[in-house]
Amino acid sequence: MIFRLALGSLMARALTVGMTILAIALSVALFLGVEKVRTGAKASFADTISGTDLIIGARSGSVQLLLYSVFRIGNATNNLTWESYQDIAARPEIDWIVPISLGDSHRQFRVMGTSLEFFDRYKYRAGQSLAVRDGALMDDLFDTVIGADVAATLGYSVGDPIVVAHGLASFSLHENQPFRVSGILEKTGTPVDRTVIVSMEAIEAVHVDWQSGAQIPGQVTPPDVIRQMELQPQAVTAALVGVKSRLQVFGLQRAINEYDEEPLLAILPGVALQELWQIVGIAETALIGVSAMVVVTALIGMMATIFSSLNERRREMAILRAMGARPRVVLGLLVLEAVVMAAIGALLGLGLLYLALFIGQPMVDRAFGLWLPIDLPTPREMRVLPGVILAGAIVSMIPALRAYRMSLADGMIVRI
Amino acid sequence: MSQSIPSLRLDNVHYRWPGRLAFGLRIRDLTLAPAETVLLLGESGSGKSTLLSLICGTIMADAGTVCVAGTDIAALPAGKRDRFRAEQIGLIFQQFNLLPFASVRDNIVLPLQFAPQRRARVADVAREAERLCHDLGLPAGVTSTQAGALSVGQQQRVACARALIGAPPLIIADEPTSALDAATQTTFLDLLFAQSRAHGTTLLMVSHDARLAGQFDRVLHMADIAETRRD
Repeated sequence: MIFRLALGSLMARALTVGMTILAIALSVALFLGVEKVRTGAKASFADTISGTDLIIGARSGSVQLLLYSVFRIGNATNNLTWESYQDIAARPEIDWIVPISLGDSHRQFRVMGTSLEFFDRYKYRAGQSLAVRDGALMDDLFDTVIGADVAATLGYSVGDPIVVAHGLASFSLHENQPFRVSGILEKTGTPVDRTVIVSMEAIEAVHVDWQSGAQIPGQVTPPDVIRQMELQPQAVTAALVGVKSRLQVFGLQRAINEYDEEPLLAILPGVALQELWQIVGIAETALIGVSAMVVVTALIGMMATIFSSLNERRREMAILRAMGARPRVVLGLLVLEAVVMAAIGALLGLGLLYLALFIGQPMVDRAFGLWLPIDLPTPREMRVLPGVILAGAIVSMIPALRAYRMSLADGMIVRI
Repeated sequence: MSQSIPSLRLDNVHYRWPGRLAFGLRIRDLTLAPAETVLLLGESGSGKSTLLSLICGTIMADAGTVCVAGTDIAALPAGKRDRFRAEQIGLIFQQFNLLPFASVRDNIVLPLQFAPQRRARVADVAREAERLCHDLGLPAGVTSTQAGALSVGQQQRVACARALIGAPPLIIADEPTSALDAATQTTFLDLLFAQSRAHGTTLLMVSHDARLAGQFDRVLHMADIAETRRD
């Protein structure tokens, strides 16, 4: 019956109580949403590259190698000579090896030279392969395949010409050897979306008239002549490697790291991603902190609502006291109401989250390449709900104790 | 409970209002025999409400004893005193008696929630609430309506039913008719008297209206039994 009274009293103040519940629900939905996005982002991040056992580059740091070879952030300090590349490719443990050549750019996007095998070997999000949305893979020497973001940002479609710039943010263009967009890739949510992909030979082709990073004055070799040339790469920036047996990964890694001819570095992408996430993860903690503060704010809002209702409810409490209710019952009633509000708010928040996920999941995937899985709440998320209810009960103790003292002082006669 | 034990006895009670130093209420003697109906007349500000709070034990006397049904309420710990009040006393106020958001039935049975012995005297709580409503002339089916939806006169009758349920030995009414018009006043009082006589309940009504005097066994004046004073 006390519970019925609490419900009745809440219902009588439906508007303010409703607003309070809504605030709690939104804050809980936000908190759980941030949690979902966080785990989704972490999973998407870890899924940026899969199926590759080792990444090989010139010796630097593992995070740096990962950043420039996979995320196209920063630059390689050194290249890997073609001889070393061939040497490693010939090793018996190697199942496949894909070269990557970086250094040029188109507008704000990096140009990556690679072999056609890249499209088969590069996997993301649990083994998914790259897919061509429009057009086809490179066929001609001056063909290029561009990522979804490149196409969307620059408004390119299949057949459009592209001029590649030498280096990054450079004004010296390879304007004598224009490329043609032959294909546009599906959105993946990986750095491939922001990459202009050409063949290894094309990278050599645009540098035919260049020497030591500068154009040879007056020398212009026409594309048709270049097509006839032997375009042997001098060096590659990095290489993606798959081994025949996973057991050989560490042996091969050690062998490459101890390579005599040239200082090289081989990294396990998963381990390097972990290291990188530890750096990025600070932002995630900040995000969680902020959304937890929003929940706290909503609960303090509820406390304020209870406080402001105390005066108008003095008579109600006086009636309860006159009927024999101990002040403790008055206190319990207020805490019970807060618990009911917090519980409804928390459950509503959970509902809102799933509603938002159902509506927003495809949009978020399309816009950010971020896949938010819709599954049952994790135990960690489930702990949030009783946590909010408990916090609500604790917070409500403050106005409830005031009501306790007030009802002790008022007794059964209220002078308002 | 023996007939010789008075339903209510105040002996040389002294109460000093907190915050207002040296301003106190003193009641030399107030004794109510079982089943007696007493009207206590007094102007507003004569300490009536304080007297009722003293009897109910929501405020405590600084000196003297307040005995309800032979029990010195000052001797009870606070929690027991609240339960004792629920067991022994049915209360009717001037107005705003009910929890407006709760049903009439919940309002009527509310004191039973805190008084197990009084609850034990009622076999079927819901039916008893119905019966009291019927006897007090409330329309059938009223028990499931929200108390706040009733007229003032009907609310006072519901408050009356709440005071009567489980037959507490003492009913205290604080100007229960002042919010009612003359015709409703008479009906209300007739019903209250009929019910309390049927249960042999002691009735103490506080009012400033001397016209009610005729129906009571005894009429007391606040000025005769109590003095407010500065000392």
